[in-house]
Amino acid sequence: MITTSEIWVVIVGLGLGSFLLRFSFTGMVGARNLPAWVLRHLRYTAVALLPGLVAPLVVWPAATGGSPDGPRMIAAAATILVGLVTRNVLAAIVAGATGLYLSLYLLG
Amino acid sequence: MPPSTPKRDFWRGMRDGAPFILVIIPFGALFGVVATEAGLNVFEVLTFSVVVIAGAAQFTALQLMAEDVPLVIVLISALAVNLRMAMYSAALTPYLGAAPVWQRALVAYFTLDQSFAVSSVTFEREPAMPVSNRVAYFLGAALAVSPLWWAATVAGALLGKSVPEWMALDFAIPITFLAIIAPMLRTLPHVIAALVSVVMALLFAFLPYNLGLLVAGVAAMMAGAEAERQIENRRRGTEAVQ
Repeated sequence: MITTSEIWVVIVGLGLGSFLLRFSFTGMVGARNLPAWVLRHLRYTAVALLPGLVAPLVVWPAATGGSPDGPRMIAAAATILVGLVTRNVLAAIVAGATGLYLSLYLLG
Repeated sequence: MPPSTPKRDFWRGMRDGAPFILVIIPFGALFGVVATEAGLNVFEVLTFSVVVIAGAAQFTALQLMAEDVPLVIVLISALAVNLRMAMYSAALTPYLGAAPVWQRALVAYFTLDQSFAVSSVTFEREPAMPVSNRVAYFLGAALAVSPLWWAATVAGALLGKSVPEWMALDFAIPITFLAIIAPMLRTLPHVIAALVSVVMALLFAFLPYNLGLLVAGVAAMMAGAEAERQIENRRRGTEAVQ
């Protein structure tokens, strides 16, 4: 069970920490230049963390108790495919939602 | 073409950010529902969303808290999920580094996947944009989605379990992120980093406290950076021969 004090520690700590992360470079570096190797690694932070964050949710969805699920796989594939082809976030979301509901309706 | 005013760029940012409303509402509502089920009241849910204003990190923190994970690990794991915000900050520095510190602080608070994605595309396309216009544009894009993020979390908290199961809202998260990731895969190193991230995250999913994601993230960043370095070296080698 989550206690009230635990919640507030997390809200304040996470809020402060998130702000510091968001302010890290714009705030502290300003106009100064960073070493090339640091920038090279930072360029891949988003593509390095987000797919890993999502992969377990796609393969072992909580909604099915962690067992792989056809409609969710199809939805994920549709989202990636349309996102890659159109480079359009909104189109990818629509494709994913359509894939999910259609396959849930047909397979579910 | 006459130079645009910051005011006009604010509204342009808002228009460009508007499509994300479709994502933010189910995502925010889902957070409200999950948080309420975990035992948070409406005030706590709203404060969480206003103070932290980061969906994935909020979900991570909530999930780990529900699993009775030590608070230090909750904070570290959720901040690890938010590490990409430091990368966004790094990428924004050349465009916004010259703005007054209070404006940079405001931009930092409003740095979201959506505001960053929209702004980085526009800033790259329009290098002559003045700094004050960039700040206005960025805040416009952020304000298209963040008030709705707050409102939707409250709506979710109030609706609670009445969100029907057939809506499969659990999958709004993967779809949102996949939709943001896919257009990012512009180059081979980006694709390599993404693939390493997926494989490593699944392989190390057995690690407690979400640590598998950290392992995957570090490995994927190194893979992406190394791939970029090798491709650059090869290109340089080819040029030297010619």
